[in-house]
Amino acid sequence: MDSLGPHPYPGKLIIVEGIDGSGKSTQLQLAMRHLKTQGYPVFFTEWNSADLVKKVTKEGKKKMTLTPMTFSLLHATDFAHRLINNILPPLKAGMIVLADRYAYTAFARDVVRGCDPIWVRKVYGFAPKPDLALYFNVPIDVSCSRILSGRAQLKDYEAGMDLNLAPDKVSSFKIFQSRILTEYEKIRHEYGLVEIDATQSIGQQQQLVRRLIDQALADYHPDDTTPFQLDRSAAVDDADDAAAALDEVEEETQ
Amino acid sequence: MNRFRYFRHHMPYLPLDSCSGKLLVIEGTDGTGRSTQASMLKEWLEVQGYGVIDTGWTRSKLVGKAITDAKLGHSLNRLTYCLMYATDLADRMEYQIIPALKSGFIVLADRYIYTAIARGIVRGADPEWLRDLYGFAVVPDLVCYLQLGVKELIPRVLSTGKINYWESGMDMNYGDDLYDSFVTYQGALIEEFDRIAATYDNFVTLDAREEPRVTQRRLRDTVAAYLEGGALSTSVAQNGSNGIERP
Repeated sequence: MDSLGPHPYPGKLIIVEGIDGSGKSTQLQLAMRHLKTQGYPVFFTEWNSADLVKKVTKEGKKKMTLTPMTFSLLHATDFAHRLINNILPPLKAGMIVLADRYAYTAFARDVVRGCDPIWVRKVYGFAPKPDLALYFNVPIDVSCSRILSGRAQLKDYEAGMDLNLAPDKVSSFKIFQSRILTEYEKIRHEYGLVEIDATQSIGQQQQLVRRLIDQALADYHPDDTTPFQLDRSAAVDDADDAAAALDEVEEETQ
Repeated sequence: MNRFRYFRHHMPYLPLDSCSGKLLVIEGTDGTGRSTQASMLKEWLEVQGYGVIDTGWTRSKLVGKAITDAKLGHSLNRLTYCLMYATDLADRMEYQIIPALKSGFIVLADRYIYTAIARGIVRGADPEWLRDLYGFAVVPDLVCYLQLGVKELIPRVLSTGKINYWESGMDMNYGDDLYDSFVTYQGALIEEFDRIAATYDNFVTLDAREEPRVTQRRLRDTVAAYLEGGALSTSVAQNGSNGIERP
């Protein structure tokens, strides 16, 4: 079952997924270099960055009051906000959008936390299907050694401390990440993510990544696209119109 | 036997087995006097000796204030509007509603998922998506729907002094006239509510055009009949409600 539908926009949506320490962010940054050098219009976005719920999420994490459900819903809210405000406009304008993590992160992580897998997939039903989704697969001990040697301190939710898996953060992190890995494996099949062996060297992986991206861009011609306008019947666009109308009303009232 | 169940999708880590209380909901659009009716009903139930915990939208510790702020800043779109309300409900569900039901309280909800679904549908969100999104809600034993037509509603809201931006659906861009927008939005909302009330078998529709004390008496009769498991004019008490769609 693939709950995400293809988008009708002239831009391209390329996303990367993988557990912490899989090297996906490094690969995406290098790919962005590659695309920009070729003169493509590129827009980058990452998981968990919208202002709308940032304060609430931070507060909830600090006080450890987030439940699996509210954790999931706050991230979905953040994602929806970014989708409408950051991801869809460049896609409509014919740009290449690079996303570090996408809805699949929620499918993996929220289910490990205890949410119903079907429910999580339905909640994200508004997300368009990426044109290319890369999954960086790495064994748990490799990712853990990368993370634990490179970073000072694991955060509570990052280590899955809310799940009472183990008394200390490092053990908890390992159990949590290996469960996420198991979920990713299901998701990879379900949604047809392209698997990349993340134990290979950075250069080897990047060669493959660039080849895959070039393939995905075979039918992409940014010069042909005029700024995109969707007809009134299409779903997601209305929300944008409403948002624009809101801004106007707001300006008038000020 | 476990009476309680989730609307569509369960919270796997929160089984409802040991819930012994009752979940009563009062629904109705703005201006039906719903909140006043709810607090009068609470008082009456407490006089009868029932332990009552009341709850309502945006009252969660987690996001209640954030929703109010976001609405003030008009920074919500259709999706984030629905998702933030769902977050609010999830927080109250886990920290308030389910624990109270487990302790045998009557939980009295001033509006519930049906309001959220109706508002979302009127804002153009996919009805199926909305029912899935709010699918983790515990199905109420009884929903008392205070019904009022848009014609009766207008003078009531106007007499309170001020039409509110969101209650007028101004975010819907029906036009820049607050009054016209209010009428269009509330009309659409009532239509959607009527449809929902006809869909689920745990709904009892009460005419809210009467004096508040008359409405309150009807509300009490309905709730009393339900609590006693006695005869009720609708199918609710006779067949036992389960919040499923009517045949």
